[in-house]
Amino acid sequence: MSAMLLNKDKWPEFIGKLTAKNLWAPQAEGDAIRFGPVKEGDLPALDYNNTRVPPKQVLFPQTETMYRFQLGNVEMETPELTGEQVVLGLRPCDARAMDIVEKLFKWDVDDPYYLKRRELVTLVGVACSEPGLNCFCTTVGGGPASTEGLDLLMVDFGENYLLEAVTDKGKTLLEEVKELLTDAPADSAAQKEKAVAEAEGKIKRTIDSEGVPAGLPGLWEDPLWQRVSASCLGCGTCTYLCPTCHCFDIQDEVEGFDGRRLRMWDSCMFGEYTMHTSGHNPRPSRKERTRNRISHKYSYYVDKFDVIACVGCGRCINLCPVNIDIVEILRQVKEAL
Amino acid sequence: MINSENPYIPYIATVEDTWDETYGDRAIKTFKVVFDDEEVRENWSHLPGQCAMIGVLGVGESMISISCSPTEGKFLRFSVMRMGKVTQALHQLEPGDKMMVRGPYGNNFPVDEWQGKNILTIGGGIGQAPLRPIVEYVKANKDKYAGLTLVYGARTSGDLCFKGEFDEMSKSGDLSCHLTIDMEEEGWDHNVGFVPQMLLDLKPSPENTIAITCGPPIMIRFVLENLKKLGFEDEQIYTTLENRMKCGIGKCGRCNAGNMYVCKDGPVFCYSVLKEIPEAFA
Ligand SMILES: Cc1cc2nc3c(=O)[nH]c(=O)nc-3n(C[C@H](O)[C@H](O)[C@H](O)COP(=O)(O)OP(=O)(O)OC[C@H]3O[C@@H](n4cnc5c(N)ncnc54)[C@H](O)[C@@H]3O)c2cc1C
Ligand code: SF4
Ligand code: SF4
Ligand code: FES
Repeated sequence: MSAMLLNKDKWPEFIGKLTAKNLWAPQAEGDAIRFGPVKEGDLPALDYNNTRVPPKQVLFPQTETMYRFQLGNVEMETPELTGEQVVLGLRPCDARAMDIVEKLFKWDVDDPYYLKRRELVTLVGVACSEPGLNCFCTTVGGGPASTEGLDLLMVDFGENYLLEAVTDKGKTLLEEVKELLTDAPADSAAQKEKAVAEAEGKIKRTIDSEGVPAGLPGLWEDPLWQRVSASCLGCGTCTYLCPTCHCFDIQDEVEGFDGRRLRMWDSCMFGEYTMHTSGHNPRPSRKERTRNRISHKYSYYVDKFDVIACVGCGRCINLCPVNIDIVEILRQVKEAL
Repeated sequence: MINSENPYIPYIATVEDTWDETYGDRAIKTFKVVFDDEEVRENWSHLPGQCAMIGVLGVGESMISISCSPTEGKFLRFSVMRMGKVTQALHQLEPGDKMMVRGPYGNNFPVDEWQGKNILTIGGGIGQAPLRPIVEYVKANKDKYAGLTLVYGARTSGDLCFKGEFDEMSKSGDLSCHLTIDMEEEGWDHNVGFVPQMLLDLKPSPENTIAITCGPPIMIRFVLENLKKLGFEDEQIYTTLENRMKCGIGKCGRCNAGNMYVCKDGPVFCYSVLKEIPEAFA
C-alpha cells in the first residue's frame, strides 16, 4: 500500500481521523494562513500558496525550554517530549528544508530536541499546483512534488487526492485510514507526472548556482555586497521566516524561584548576533551580514553538508520590506564570478 | 566528555579555590573547580586549547578557555575577565559554590605533534589563559620538547595574569620568560613596550620552533606580521579565534568565520589555514 486515492468527499472524514492524532495544518486566520493545531470539526486550508511562517516551528519552536531549575538549586529537569503528531499540508520545499537542517542538528553531536521532535512527527506534504511568483525550488535541488523530508505526499487530482507513502511512517498512516481509500488507478503515475510538469512549467524564477559555492569566498571584497545590502533595514524577517535558518540564542528566564534555560530563534542579520562583549564586531554592518547570509546558504553549508541551504521557497523575497531579492543577488554573484 | 544524552545539560562542579589575578573594572579571577560526579571527574579529558561553557543557572553561560593542562590533576581551571552579565555572576562564586560546566569544546593545540620542537608562546592580557595549558603541558613533558619561551605583556604590571607562577618557573629554569608592560612603572624591572615590538627585539629563531599567539585582535595582527619578518613559515604559527558562541557544538550558527565553525573547527587555527578565511581577522 504505497499509492492510494482519497476521494475529496471523504476529506472531512479523513481530517477527522487525523485530528484525533494531534493534527497540525495550515488554517486561515484573518487574511493570513498559518500552521497550528486543528480542532475537531475544522478543515485545513490547502488552496493557498504557502504559509508566511514556515512549519519549521514544528521541529524547532520559536522559543523552547531546554531545561528547568529552581534558583539556588542545581537540579535540572528536561521537559520530556512525548506524543506523536501529524503535520499535514506542508509544501515540499519546507519538508526538504527540514531534511537539510537535520544534517546540522545531527552533525557530530545530536541535538536531542530537534531529533526527538522529528521522530515523533509524521509529515504529510501536498504537491504544489500553483507555485508562487517567487518560487524557485526547481533550480536549488527541489521541485513541486519533491518527497525529500516527507513521510507521505498528496497530489491534487481534481476530484481525488493521490496519496503516496514515502516512508514507513507514511505507510502506517495510510494503513490507519485505509477504509477511506481506494487503489490508485493504473494511469496515476502518468497523471501525476503531467500535474508535476504543469506546475514546474509555472515556475518562472531560477538560480544558476553552478560554480557559486566554490566561487563565493573569492567575491569577498566585491562591490556587489554594498549594492545588494544598501537598503537593508536589518529587520531579520528574511532569516526568521526562512525554513532553513536554524540559528538560535540561549537565554535564562527567571520568575520568582522558577528558572528556565530557553533557546529561541535568532538572526545573523542582527548586529548583536556577532558583537563581542568588548564592543568589537566582526560583522559591523549590513553589508557583512548580507554577505554572510548568502555565503552561509550557498557556500559554507555546501562545504559542510553538501547541499545548498536554500530551498527556493521565496519567503525572503516576498516578505522583505525593502524588496531585497535573493534571486537577484545570486544573479549578481554569478555575474561577478 | 560531552553529555551524550543531552549535550546542553551541564555537569555540576564545585569551586574548590578562587583568587584574583588582576583588579579594576575588568578584573580577572581564576577558579579551580572539581566535578561533583566521580565518573565525570575520572572520565573528563581535555587538551590545551579546548574550552568549556561555564555558567550559573538563572544567569547564563559563557565560553571560557580551560586554563590548565590535564597534566596538573583532576580539576579544571578557568580565568575569567569580568565583562558582562555572566562573567559578573561567575566572579561572585566563592569556594564551595556550584559552577555549571559543559564541554570540552573545540579542537586543541597539536601539542603532541610539536614534540622535539621549541615552543614559543606570545600572549597579551587575558589571552594568556589559553596559552597557560601549553606552558604547563610542555613543562610536564620537558624531555620531549627542545625548549619553552614565553613572551607575555599587558597594559600594567597589575594586568598580568599568572605572574607568580611564571616567576617561579623561570627561576627553576623551566622556561625563558619575557614580560612586558605598556608604560614605565616604578619597581618594574622587566621590559617596557608592546608585545609585538618585544618579540622583534628578542629575535627568536624560527629554526625548529612553533609560535603560538593569543591576545587582543590588534596585538595578534602585529605579532603575525612580526613573526613573518622573523622568518616564521605560516605552518609554524598558531592562534585562536574568539567568536561569540552560544551552543559550543556547531548548532546555533553564531560562531562562524567564513566556512569554519569556530566552536568545532577551532578555536585553534594554524595560520596557513586562517589566512585563507577572509573573515578571520575582521
Ligand atoms: C573560544 C573562547 C574562549 C574564551 N576564553 C575566555 C577566557 O579564558 N577568559 C575570559 O575571560 N573570556 C574568554 N572568552 C570570552 C568570554 O566568553 C566573554 O567575555 C563572555 O562570554 C562575556 O559574557 P558576559 O555575559 O559576561 O558578557 P555580556 O556582554 O553580558 O554577554 C552576553 C552574552 O554574549 C556572549 N558573548 C559576548 N562576548 C563574547 C565573546 N567575546 N566571545 C564569546 N561570547 C561572547 C556570551 O555568550 C554571553 O552569554 C572566550 C570566548 C571564546 C569564544
Ligand atoms: S533563503 Fe529565502 S528562498 Fe531560500 S529557503 Fe530561505 S526564505 Fe526560502
Ligand atoms: S528582510 Fe530585507 S530588510 Fe529585513 S533583514 Fe532581510 S534583507 Fe534586510
Ligand atoms: S557556538 Fe553554536 S555553532 Fe558554534
